[in-house]
Amino acid sequence: MSFLLTCPNCGTREVTDFGFGGEATPRPTAKPPRRELNRYLYFRRNVAGPQREWWVHRSGCRQWFLAERDTRSNEVMWTALPPDAPAPAAAGAGAGEGR
Amino acid sequence: MSRLPERPGQRIDRSRPLSFSFDGKPRQGLAGDTIASALYAGGQRVFSRSFKYHRKRGEICGCGQCANSLVTVDGAPGVRACGEPLVEGMRVEHQNAWPSLGFDVMAATDRFGGPFTPPGFYYKTFIRPRRLWPLYEKVLRRAAGLGRLPKRQEERTWETEYRRRHCDVAVLGGGGAGLSAALRAAELGADVVLVDDDVEPGGALLVEGEHERARDLAARCAEAGVEIIFGGSALGYFDGLVAVWQGDTLHQVRAARHVAATGSIEQPLVFPGNDLPGVMLSGGALRLAALYGIAPGESVVVATCERRGLENALRLQALGVSVSAVADLRTGGDEDLCEQLRAGGAELLRGMTAVRASGRGRLAEVTIAAVAADGRAVGSSRTLACDCLAVCGGAAPASSLLLQAGARAAYDQAANRFLPGSLPAGVSGAGAVVGHEGPAPSLLSGSLAGADSALALGFGGPEDRARAEQERDRLDAALAAARPRQAPPALATDGGKGKAFVDLDEDITVKDVVYAAAEGYDSIELSKRYTTATMGPSQGRFSQLAAVRALAEDTGLSMGELGLTTARPPWAPVLLGALAGRPFEPAKRSALHGRHRELGATVEWAGEWRRAYDYGDPAAEALTVQEDAGLIDVSTLGKLIVRGPEAEEFLDRLYPNRMSSLKPGRIRYGILTSEAGRITDDGTVCRLDEETFYVTTTSSGAAAVENWFSWWRADWQAEVALTDVTQGLAAMNLAGPRSREILSELTELDCSNEAFPYLDGQHAVVAGVPCLLLRIGFTGELGYELHCPLANARALWDTIVAAGARPFGLEPQRILRLQKHHILVGQDTDSESTPYGANLAWAVKLDKDQDFIGRWALEAQAEAEPPHQLVGFSCPGGEVPTEGAAIVRDGVVTGQVTSSRRSPKLGQSIGLAMVAPGEAADGTAIEISDEGRRILATVTTAPFYDPEGEVVRS
Repeated sequence: MSFLLTCPNCGTREVTDFGFGGEATPRPTAKPPRRELNRYLYFRRNVAGPQREWWVHRSGCRQWFLAERDTRSNEVMWTALPPDAPAPAAAGAGAGEGR
Repeated sequence: MSRLPERPGQRIDRSRPLSFSFDGKPRQGLAGDTIASALYAGGQRVFSRSFKYHRKRGEICGCGQCANSLVTVDGAPGVRACGEPLVEGMRVEHQNAWPSLGFDVMAATDRFGGPFTPPGFYYKTFIRPRRLWPLYEKVLRRAAGLGRLPKRQEERTWETEYRRRHCDVAVLGGGGAGLSAALRAAELGADVVLVDDDVEPGGALLVEGEHERARDLAARCAEAGVEIIFGGSALGYFDGLVAVWQGDTLHQVRAARHVAATGSIEQPLVFPGNDLPGVMLSGGALRLAALYGIAPGESVVVATCERRGLENALRLQALGVSVSAVADLRTGGDEDLCEQLRAGGAELLRGMTAVRASGRGRLAEVTIAAVAADGRAVGSSRTLACDCLAVCGGAAPASSLLLQAGARAAYDQAANRFLPGSLPAGVSGAGAVVGHEGPAPSLLSGSLAGADSALALGFGGPEDRARAEQERDRLDAALAAARPRQAPPALATDGGKGKAFVDLDEDITVKDVVYAAAEGYDSIELSKRYTTATMGPSQGRFSQLAAVRALAEDTGLSMGELGLTTARPPWAPVLLGALAGRPFEPAKRSALHGRHRELGATVEWAGEWRRAYDYGDPAAEALTVQEDAGLIDVSTLGKLIVRGPEAEEFLDRLYPNRMSSLKPGRIRYGILTSEAGRITDDGTVCRLDEETFYVTTTSSGAAAVENWFSWWRADWQAEVALTDVTQGLAAMNLAGPRSREILSELTELDCSNEAFPYLDGQHAVVAGVPCLLLRIGFTGELGYELHCPLANARALWDTIVAAGARPFGLEPQRILRLQKHHILVGQDTDSESTPYGANLAWAVKLDKDQDFIGRWALEAQAEAEPPHQLVGFSCPGGEVPTEGAAIVRDGVVTGQVTSSRRSPKLGQSIGLAMVAPGEAADGTAIEISDEGRRILATVTTAPFYDPEGEVVRS
């Protein structure tokens, strides 16, 4: 695996400069039922296609940011700090992005 | 030692002889020689013994790509003699032959073993009895081999640097096509990197008498700003990144556009005896003559099925090599070249090819005949005496990098090549690799690929586009005029005995491929794995096409239907050390590390840290802390400043207990959990002022906590600033009943229990050093944690030690903390541990209004019984069980010991253990099974020492 990512602070770098935080899973706003809680804690969608996900510029400014990446081609559509990120496509009403 | 007359383009310097040894005998070469060219010039024709049959093998490709030239150099096996530059004093030895290269006892396998060693022979024969396999393996490994590693090896001293290079266009291959592509792209304004694996760029131009053109192109490239990486192999294509290994540097070249100009590889012909020393590729023979001034033979016969072979024969003639005959499988075409060859003294045999090579260990004569479609000789044959047979069985594009990038190889019948098609976006090919062969087409092809790449990136203007279109038309016209080619038969033979090899590296014959197909291995991938054809050092460079052709002939399938095996990196051999990079074992040392050493500390690893485990007597150190005063370096603790208007809310959302209710100057212990409510870290939080908190974490968790905090900060967009001061501040814990007295002597701060109570944090100057003092119960004794700038740490440590505190290490600290049931995250907890199971329910405030990380999971945990409970235990018998020992009830494991020590103060063996809920009550007798020992213990739920916490508050 090898591709470039653009840190919103530092600019374009090799992916090895970054740490991966996994897909953005909206955190429930209120206490979820047990089944939903387990889904939030332990299940990931693991899509083959565009995915909204977390990255951290580990070897740079250490900022966490969001990105949309196609998991099949590693094409990165955009990267942005959370305030500047486009709204998630799926209306997963959550407080923030969650893990 | 004779060489051809001096000519421009040769690499040797006749004025600088070099001495080396081969199998212990002194040899001579010239500066600029490879090991192989020096040996060849000295008359050596046999370079190695083959992998399986131990047949004599000689020079073939002349460019360091096959197994034939593998030798051991200065003890290092597997060096490719025809690629390795000669160095004064080299000790060169043969491989895979005993007792000598000339007489090898294992060569008996060739004579008698043939019928018994078909593909799969080892798998089938040496499987039974199983217990004998180690013996079989030992024998087989000695018999088949590519050199032996020395038993003792020096530690690797060299280091590889990694270099990242981003550019607009990367051109892989520095032949005519590659140089033209790089030049054109650079002239249009692109930032271009050119990679070539030879000692100078030029590729085939250098051996084809066009070295001046090559040097001119290279000079113009350099002038246009092209970065030329020569002597570097492109190892593979990895999602737009090309790894290039050049000596002690591994370049990671990433480009917006890639142009592969990797050329083509001349293919051998398959006929009985095609592995005799003296049979070589026409390009290999030409390299010897053109670069090193060596006549490949006294009398050379050329056998070809393409124009390429005729051209090489002409070039050999031009260099002064005697070419006695040229056999061309084609019956017509290229009459102009034939005429020139005849004029040079060669006999032309059209419509004929080599059907046998013979000689005793060395080529003496070759039989030439016309062949039918199945390769059988027909009509009258000619037997020609010669000492060198230069063959050209066509060429295979060196398309591995393109295929790795996603291109697909398709067989082009007319071109007699597997050509890479459907190239992925951003990747193109130029020159022979995409079938644009010959001097003029390859230069045009390169120039066009360079232009296309640069234009696609927005360089150049309309006139450049127009020029590119013109070039495209000219290239199409040149390709349309290509000369006819003829595919050689899978096996050309006179019908007699003798092995005909498709793969010299692995000693695979046509018969082996047919045998494997008969056993059902009739797809190319299966055939490859069963026969091991193409799996040797040349990685199919000289055998893939022949193997496919042999399988096609046998199965009746077409070349296109069979296809090629999957191309995988690395394309060129690379030392593992080059990929491993420089050794990187970071060690973190505290600012006091030197002092610990001077004090005689036992230093051990604790995560990445080097820490003082003790200063010689851990038990005495622990006792001193409890009865007098001790000082421990705790600089390794994670230290984080959380500041901002939302800092208190931020911490309330991260910790399960309340941090917002902390008053400035007060300290609270807190655990961190995951969203699943599992303990991930613990530490103290001191509120410095309304908006500022000083957070400490465990030593090993410092980076993870900082990462965790900054992640949630980003997610919540919290108005807080995080400053990691772990590496900026030193910390030491002064503990023991006399610590207050010692501290009071060193500071003007009122240290009385009233003015500076338990869990208070205060700024003060201690011994002239500005410190943050945290009064916490780290060791269970009265104690103060002093955080100070790194630069002052030694002075402060020395002053406190001089004032009477005894240095103590990690080991006594473990004893002290264990007495208090203080958990060590990661030692007494695991990834499943919950606050409820670890006796830390008091640190979770579910009545908090605030939502916090892990709240929902903790709420669910609070309602159920934890599967394990962490409890203290003591062993009345005084044994100290091993940490990790099992707790057993009725022969079933119910838990495990997590920490255990002997407490000198209590005179008792104590510990912490995870036990089943039914065993967690105070006073329960438990049984520990410790590597065969049976130890009885009693559960103790209250801390062993100062259960009410009176001591720490005093």
